[in-house]
Amino acid sequence: MSETVPTQRDIVIRRGTADKVFRTFIASGAMLSLVVLGLIAGFLLFRGFEIFKDFGLSFITGTQWDAGSGDASAPAKFGIAAMLVGSVVTAVIALCVAVPFAIAVSLFLEYYAPHFIRKPLTAVLDLVAAIPSVIYGIWGYTILMPKASGWAKSLNSWFDWIWIFKVPAPIFDRSPFIAGLLLALMVLPITTSVAREVYSQAPRDQIDAAYGLGGTKWGAIRTVVMPFGRSGLVGGAMLGLGRALGETVAVYLVLNLVFKVNFQILASAGGNVASLIATRFGEATPYELKALMAAGLVLFLVTLAVNATATYIVSRSRSAA
Amino acid sequence: MSLQLHGAVGRGAFHRDASLSVNDGDVLAITGPNGSGKSTILHTIAGLVSLLHGTLKCNDDIWDAPANQMFIQSEKRSCAVVFQDVRLFPHMNVISNVAYGLRAHGVNKQQAHAQSLEALSQVGLHSFEFRAPHELSGGEQQRVALARALVLKPQVLLLDEPFAAIDTGSRIALRRLMPEVLATFPGVTVLVSHDPADVESLANSHLAL
Repeated sequence: MSETVPTQRDIVIRRGTADKVFRTFIASGAMLSLVVLGLIAGFLLFRGFEIFKDFGLSFITGTQWDAGSGDASAPAKFGIAAMLVGSVVTAVIALCVAVPFAIAVSLFLEYYAPHFIRKPLTAVLDLVAAIPSVIYGIWGYTILMPKASGWAKSLNSWFDWIWIFKVPAPIFDRSPFIAGLLLALMVLPITTSVAREVYSQAPRDQIDAAYGLGGTKWGAIRTVVMPFGRSGLVGGAMLGLGRALGETVAVYLVLNLVFKVNFQILASAGGNVASLIATRFGEATPYELKALMAAGLVLFLVTLAVNATATYIVSRSRSAA
Repeated sequence: MSLQLHGAVGRGAFHRDASLSVNDGDVLAITGPNGSGKSTILHTIAGLVSLLHGTLKCNDDIWDAPANQMFIQSEKRSCAVVFQDVRLFPHMNVISNVAYGLRAHGVNKQQAHAQSLEALSQVGLHSFEFRAPHELSGGEQQRVALARALVLKPQVLLLDEPFAAIDTGSRIALRRLMPEVLATFPGVTVLVSHDPADVESLANSHLAL
């Protein structure tokens, strides 16, 4: 005997007018942000397309930036490898410094700070996130750089057997190291904020289980809270990375723009894509302007990829919660 | 050796008086309706919740006495809790879960591993050491939870409705195992249960709330 399987009928929901208006309104808002994002990418691609056509992959791998004279005798040469490497190096330094601090601060705020301190400290952290980057830059240039040059000198004298701590000349100002420290301070609030949010969701019953077996508070944090928040922390760090990669003015003020791929973090040479654009934009020839647009597109795509990865990781950590 | 609690326990807006005394080798069963404070008493003994007033003593050691500003932290009390909802650490395998308390008390890795294997054998799970908690049935998970409490050789073993969250088949197997385990346990056991059958088969004293 053959059995007929009944087909599942679709559920049709008849929405009210208010519901329809609200849905249209929020959907338009969401779509608008996507449209703006698409338009920015489209604009950059449109303006920079000629550069990608003329230079191909060498625009990404090249290390020269010369607007040329406009004729065949001195052709323009554009390559952003040095700036891309500079962006990555300073961002990595920033994360190496900021993430341990972010973990410590968020754990302190969530599990150790007395209630009367927690709220003001959280508010201060949020406030730090709102400081304009030019202020960071000025502070970095006038206060941080003189101090950090001394630290860089010490690092160089102790660890110059490690290649990245070597310098070609004993000048320690305006290095990727100093830019990285400044960026660390700038990404600390966002990384801490995400870490704190994730750590606060650690399951209370698992923490009690750790206590119930003789675990100390630090033991419970290590066993329950930190493994639980690991992917969220990575997400927070990557959001910070997104900001560090795109930072312009602050980096421009504390880092020498030199078109040379430089992994020696204490050397006074570097740069990043964003500060390249900021520096050259005012006096660029029309053709160089296209190259800057193309550089902007590359930075845009890198930042977008980092943020998309961060969003994915954070959402995974939330679903695990 | 004995455990004595005389005073008031509570959490949030809830509070109630409680008085109990249990000797070594004895099993005290606490029964009562939902919300009567059974688990709160257990958590107070474990140091997860503080006593509102009165005294909690284990032998001559005062664990909690608000009047004297005394509170011994949970990690310094010789007691271990088996929770109703198991609460194994999901990212650790079975042996690491069982060894957790020993490691927290500073026992070295090899010793902790050896003692944990022994405890797993005691609950009939000696071949499960490298499995992840999610690979075990509810009953097996609860046995791991029992092993990680027993391995600490605590003075006080606290069982918070250990049969409540597992399926009927596993419950029968665990009920069969539990009297053997408790018969060899030298310390004080406090069992919270809803089921009169557990009280009858496992406990030799009873506190109805």
